[in-house]
Amino acid sequence: MWTWAHKFGSPGYFYALAGKVNPWLTALYIALFATGLYLGLVVAPTDYQQGDSYRIIFVHVPSAWMSMFVYVVMAVFAAIGLIWRLKLTAVLAKASAPLGASFTFLALATGSIWGKPMWGTWWVWDARLTSELILLFLYLGFMALQAAMPDRQTAWRAGAILLLVGVVNIPIIHFSVDWWYTLHQPATITKLGAPSIHPSMLVPLLIMAVAFKVFYLSLLLSRARAEILHRERRTRWVQELARSGQL
Amino acid sequence: MRAQRRNRLFMVIFILIGIGIATALTLNAFRQNILFFFTPTQVVAGEAPSGHPFRIGGLVAVDSVERAAGSLKVHFDVTDTVNSVSVTYEGILPDLFKEGQGIVTKGILDGKGVFVASEVLAKHDENYMPPEAEHALRAAQTLQNNSDK
Repeated sequence: MWTWAHKFGSPGYFYALAGKVNPWLTALYIALFATGLYLGLVVAPTDYQQGDSYRIIFVHVPSAWMSMFVYVVMAVFAAIGLIWRLKLTAVLAKASAPLGASFTFLALATGSIWGKPMWGTWWVWDARLTSELILLFLYLGFMALQAAMPDRQTAWRAGAILLLVGVVNIPIIHFSVDWWYTLHQPATITKLGAPSIHPSMLVPLLIMAVAFKVFYLSLLLSRARAEILHRERRTRWVQELARSGQL
Repeated sequence: MRAQRRNRLFMVIFILIGIGIATALTLNAFRQNILFFFTPTQVVAGEAPSGHPFRIGGLVAVDSVERAAGSLKVHFDVTDTVNSVSVTYEGILPDLFKEGQGIVTKGILDGKGVFVASEVLAKHDENYMPPEAEHALRAAQTLQNNSDK
């Protein structure tokens, strides 16, 4: 277990492995996006209440899920990084942050576009929308902290603590619609009992959710590889790669 | 080295638990402020602020919507099926507004207990289904209600 973790945690090994896996992931998410969007936008029926407007759900809900998922992933990297001092955790968390922030922005923007025709407003300060906006600020705060400190080690330790502190917001976002009266409706998929969405709409939604996950993983690997090259630019293995023309 | 690692593990757990408790206490203290709206029952019980704008959430009572001819003035009751509050509003209503629909409305109570709204937002539920499925569901419910009687 420990030898595996150390081997996988070594930047050179990770760089090579990520490079091999990534083309497959790219093909996979393109196929998933194509299927999910076709089923969601063309095949799925209209909604009894919202007509065609509800179709933005196929982008809105997966981005909102990803905004929370990426944050939890980063917080796990932060805990591992603080406790076991694995080099790679800082790279992966730093590479994840702009992706998570983008998913959060996408969730807020699509929610706003959906809110205007259905609720009658672009924005309200209810618990769900406000806690999701705080999540965006947490991502931006982490990124600013990484950029503000010249010493990489100090920056990562400060950022990791910020990530751990902010993780308390994740259950708040998820349960906000149950704990308080909000304008946002309660959960459809994760409520007790069966999801209250017709299977013809649920299937494309789940395909889109998987597509977003694979998309994130693929972008994360690309970004982490670039970050590793930058950090290890003075090591022998990177210079050999450069000299042999493999970069 | 091993002891150091254990200390750092405890530090991480301590941060998570500490922040968790602090947040839970804060949110609990601000419980009332985080609520986006009051229910008609709370309004009838006098829990809503008088003289200040606030929001009421509930369903538009069936057979209560009266539109004034030649203007955008509309009058309706908002209910939580136990109590209801009558609302007047002048302006454009959201597309989803209809009798039986969930809404959140912002406004102020006048002296006579009528809620003068400045904003009406629609609140839709978490159910998504094709129109045919909804018709079937409603037919089944009517059948059920009739057989109950």
